[in-house]
Amino acid sequence: MAMAATNRWLQTHLRRSDPVSTTNVDQSLEVATVHAGEHEEEDNRMFGFIVFLLSESVIFLSFFVGYIVYKLSSAEWYPAGFEGLEVREPLINTIVLVSSSFVIYFAERFLHKENLWGFRIFWLLTMAMGSFFLFGQAVEWLHLPFGFKDGLFGGTFYLLTGFHGLHVLTGVLLQGVMLGRSFIPNNYAGGEYGVNATSIFWHFVDVIWIILFILIYVWR
Amino acid sequence: MSNASLEALQPSLQPQPGAPDNWKRFFTFSTDHKVIGIQYIVTAFVFFLFAGLLAMVMRGELLTPEADLVDRTVYNGLFTMHGTLMLFMWTFPMLNGLANYLVPLMIGARDMAFPRLNAAAFWLVPVFGVILTASFFIPGGPSQSGWWAYPPVSLQNPTGNLINGQSMWILAVALSGISSIMGAVNIVTTIFRMRAPGMGWFKMPVFCWTVLAAQLIQLFGLPALTAGAVMLLFDLTVGTSFFNPELGGDPVLYQHFFWFYSHPAVYVIILPIFGVFSEIFPVYSRKPLFGYPVVAVSSLVITGLSGIVWVHHMFASGTPGWMRMLFMFSTMTISVPTGIKVFAWVATVWGGKIRLNTPMLFALGGLIMWVFAGITGIMLASAPFDIHVNNTYFVVGHFHYVIYGAVVMGFYAAIYHWFPKMTGRMYYEGLGKLHFVLTFIGANLNFFPMHPAGLMGMPRRVASYDPEFAFWNVLASLGGFLLGVSTLPFLLNMLSSWARGPEAGDNPWRAIGLEWMVSSPPPHENFDEIPVVVSRPYGYGSDEPLVANASEKE
Repeated sequence: MAMAATNRWLQTHLRRSDPVSTTNVDQSLEVATVHAGEHEEEDNRMFGFIVFLLSESVIFLSFFVGYIVYKLSSAEWYPAGFEGLEVREPLINTIVLVSSSFVIYFAERFLHKENLWGFRIFWLLTMAMGSFFLFGQAVEWLHLPFGFKDGLFGGTFYLLTGFHGLHVLTGVLLQGVMLGRSFIPNNYAGGEYGVNATSIFWHFVDVIWIILFILIYVWR
Repeated sequence: MSNASLEALQPSLQPQPGAPDNWKRFFTFSTDHKVIGIQYIVTAFVFFLFAGLLAMVMRGELLTPEADLVDRTVYNGLFTMHGTLMLFMWTFPMLNGLANYLVPLMIGARDMAFPRLNAAAFWLVPVFGVILTASFFIPGGPSQSGWWAYPPVSLQNPTGNLINGQSMWILAVALSGISSIMGAVNIVTTIFRMRAPGMGWFKMPVFCWTVLAAQLIQLFGLPALTAGAVMLLFDLTVGTSFFNPELGGDPVLYQHFFWFYSHPAVYVIILPIFGVFSEIFPVYSRKPLFGYPVVAVSSLVITGLSGIVWVHHMFASGTPGWMRMLFMFSTMTISVPTGIKVFAWVATVWGGKIRLNTPMLFALGGLIMWVFAGITGIMLASAPFDIHVNNTYFVVGHFHYVIYGAVVMGFYAAIYHWFPKMTGRMYYEGLGKLHFVLTFIGANLNFFPMHPAGLMGMPRRVASYDPEFAFWNVLASLGGFLLGVSTLPFLLNMLSSWARGPEAGDNPWRAIGLEWMVSSPPPHENFDEIPVVVSRPYGYGSDEPLVANASEKE
């Protein structure tokens, strides 16, 4: 709206002083409409992405329901000789992942203020925290005394943590792409759909983890 | 922007979809929603014919009580693939095709919100179609566990191969799910955000309402099926124990996952057909749609209710009594919003100036068969009756009245109604009417006898049966072959009319709607100037114009 008004002003103003430059005005008008169209397109993409995430959350919801049903109905829940999961390291992992949600928020704020280096540092920190989480998850998997074939608990544990871990990995990879794109000049001038979507995705992965942690580690 | 100027310079680079010289466009990764719509429809119809042939082999087998035409295992594969192909390769792609073609035109948009995503979603369809078809040619043959793939039957893997009929089935269904989610995100975003100025929710055609309602079901339902399919795949391939009762798993949980999506999936299929009926009855009766806002909103009510009815498929799966009562009640409430629609259509047609063109004939035939299916549906919703006819041909008859009687008839109505818009040419009315008569007689002859056979106790999914059921089965088989024959005049009509039919003009039915205000076939990006909508749809018999800038355009 503001752009269109400016252009109208430009058009009348420039026409009066210099009739030759109207072609420039036409071009700038064209640029203005392109930007308006891009903005609309970004909004559409964000809307679509949120719709997709809502749909994706139903897969997790289904797995959670499956886990709860199995846990409430099965006679032997844990594999023979297994007492329960170690909570200390997963709790550290949880704290790191959940705090990364705040870090990524600050990264976004920096981008909003067009402070690119602030954005990059906090963005990289988020990636590091995500990678730490994945590493911790891998270490935990390697030291567990049961496999995915060990009863319903073994199956659902690896299914849930694995499917969530896949999402964390996707998030970290997306963050890497967005970090790389920040080095293209003027790419992130005036907001960026990719960064915002990655950030929303990251919050989503975090919320899912909190539910998962409560279901698997806290609920005995 | 640069694209637009290029088109202005070289209009020949952007030929019209449907023009005889550019048929090659339908074989490219086109991002034009109209090309993608036709790609969907034609692909789906090819698989409809293929899955129909499978059904005719089954009906040939059932002509005699003995299993003499095909081997029993082949018969199992036939009904599994018939059901799977008809749902995932015919009804879903077909309704996506209609939605793709019509929704942007009806809401006054230049294209879908995400054109490239749209094309990618379409091109997955032939991929999983080929995967499903290819499973006929691998050792052990296709999946034999029925289209619902219940464990433990679906966990059997006699060949021991990793690539077996069942794992290919799961792969195809997963790809179909991805394609459907891509389509749903696209369509929902388009309807929410791309409507023309002035087109508030209650100025939107009912077809768009029903498509929206259907796609919302895809979004909340499909992930549940995906979750179940992933767990089934792990059970089958790596030996987890989720659904395997021998290892302590719970096969009934799979049924919950499956039906939580697959019952609402029926509404995914039927809702757009309700939309088609709501578009067609006003045009050929020259009356506004009766109770338009109520009909529109009742679609969303169906979406909401569809999420709480799935256990009625499991009345015989050891379901506790309180659950049976609850789901019996919720299932019956679905008949309220559907009943509203049926009465609204009847009231629309009532006292109208009726033209019995082929689309109207198919819509009326579909409505009659839908009411019949609705009545047997209420019967089945009642748990005591359902226990009695569980797994018999009564159920098969019921859902074929839904899917053939209402859905396929509705698809045909839609194809005939919008054929002039899509191709710019008119079909031959005589062939269309012949097609209708053959289809209507064939469908009733095929599917009605299934009800008495089922009430007598004939189980479904068997290659041989007790001779007392023979009479009804011979009738049904004759109907099945007649349905096969009925596609011939349709194919002849469509192919010859598309190639050489008379010019149809922009609005041969004198219909009111944005899609009828553009040329036939519509130009690339549909509208030169985005219309401003000022009144409700279906303004038949009213002087109010539909759009504000129509006078300037004409």
